[in-house]
Amino acid sequence: MCLAVPGRVTEIGERDGTRMAVMDFGGVVKDVCLEYLPDLAVGDYAIVHVGFALQRLDEESARRTLALFEELGLLQEEFGDPWEAAGEWRDPGERDREASGEPGAGRAAEEAGR
Amino acid sequence: MKYLEEFRNPELAEGLLADIRATVTRPWALMEVCGGQTHSIIRHAIDQLLPEEVELIHGPGCPVCVTPLEMIDRALAIAARPGVIFCSFGDMLRVPGTDRDLFRVRSEGGDVRVVYSPLDALRIARENPDREVVFFGIGFETTAPPNAMAVHLARKEGLRNFSMLVSHVRVPPAIDAIMESPDCRVQGFLAAGHVCSVMGTDEYPALADRHRVPIVVTGFEPLDILEGIRRTVRQLERGEHTVDNAYPRAVRPEGNPAARAMLEDVFEVADRAWRGIGVIPLSGWRLAPHYRDHDAEHRFDVAGITTREPAACRAGEVLQGLLKPHQCEAFGTACTPRTPLGATMVSSEGACAAYYLYRRLGAPAASAPAQEATPVG
Repeated sequence: MCLAVPGRVTEIGERDGTRMAVMDFGGVVKDVCLEYLPDLAVGDYAIVHVGFALQRLDEESARRTLALFEELGLLQEEFGDPWEAAGEWRDPGERDREASGEPGAGRAAEEAGR
Repeated sequence: MKYLEEFRNPELAEGLLADIRATVTRPWALMEVCGGQTHSIIRHAIDQLLPEEVELIHGPGCPVCVTPLEMIDRALAIAARPGVIFCSFGDMLRVPGTDRDLFRVRSEGGDVRVVYSPLDALRIARENPDREVVFFGIGFETTAPPNAMAVHLARKEGLRNFSMLVSHVRVPPAIDAIMESPDCRVQGFLAAGHVCSVMGTDEYPALADRHRVPIVVTGFEPLDILEGIRRTVRQLERGEHTVDNAYPRAVRPEGNPAARAMLEDVFEVADRAWRGIGVIPLSGWRLAPHYRDHDAEHRFDVAGITTREPAACRAGEVLQGLLKPHQCEAFGTACTPRTPLGATMVSSEGACAAYYLYRRLGAPAASAPAQEATPVG
């Protein structure tokens, strides 16, 4: 029951004496209880589980994490094993098709033949 | 969806994998605690991408799977009563009790309803003042605050027809129990990110110290999981054992103070039996005495139930990380998501269901490709 997803607050109101929001999850819209994050404002992102916003999503921290991952990728390009890189090469069309579908590390793995 | 897709980028995954490969020098066994992480790992084949030295052991963090059979049977007994509306998360419907499941109770005339949120159960109680509305309150620390809020609001509003059958569990005592087990092979933990979103990280340094084991708070997307593994392997290679947060966008050290305060008020820590594992001291929550009017175990006489587990099911070993799902003789044959022998084959967080859904794709064990029939890791 740890499955929780990030959503964005689009409206804030009150129902039955409880602070509630309307939140957008990539097009799916749900009512979400804000009692545990009463300071959440319209436009903020939060992690939502069974109809409750449980933690504010720190956008700055998300950016920093992604920047770190990108840096690791660059280091790999610079210092990685070129034979391994060649072995995992895929033609650009294949890569584009993957990018337009559901992205996922698993698919990359299957295509790399591991 | 924002903040999901970015953390599924295959090219960035390659950088993380390369760093893990460059760091690892000998075999390490890591446990991902949460069933949500298990599903992500199997779905994205992360276990197969890792260098051979890194083995992932799947942990017991599937609340549906560890809810004890006695509690399932109590739920079934309450749900079958006339006048009761029994509300549950959808995952519980197919979980086998001793002789039936909630689906069966419904087909036999019980009023069983699936809700998305405990607040939906509360609404049903408001709309049906002449019926007893019972909500099956299961879950780890992530789900406990929403359920606690429902009980709190019911008391505040004087909704006397609302009660909860509580079977909440906590992660830190489970980590302790796993490390104490004589068969334990776990050398590092990926801690469940959303549990820590609520609880913060205070409970973990003592565990990391006592068992000399790194504990890295980890998210759920492929890159989050790889980063959790990368940081754990780094610590292991250096001989360190600290608590680290690899999921800072959703986890602060203090967690969510409002949610923690509500948990303190509504629940009290109690011993709890885990299905397939046994009683773990202080590993659960029950309703505090001042909420007893809303406790379904007090409201309905459901003591004295005799339970019986199917002999062929080895879910207990799977939950303790001693057996991989496909190593069970019943996997994919006698036991499938449609005809589950144990809860691990039912839940969206169960390890057996993950292996069935993402690895075997419904093929019987005998015809599965050879590389998939061998133990992974």
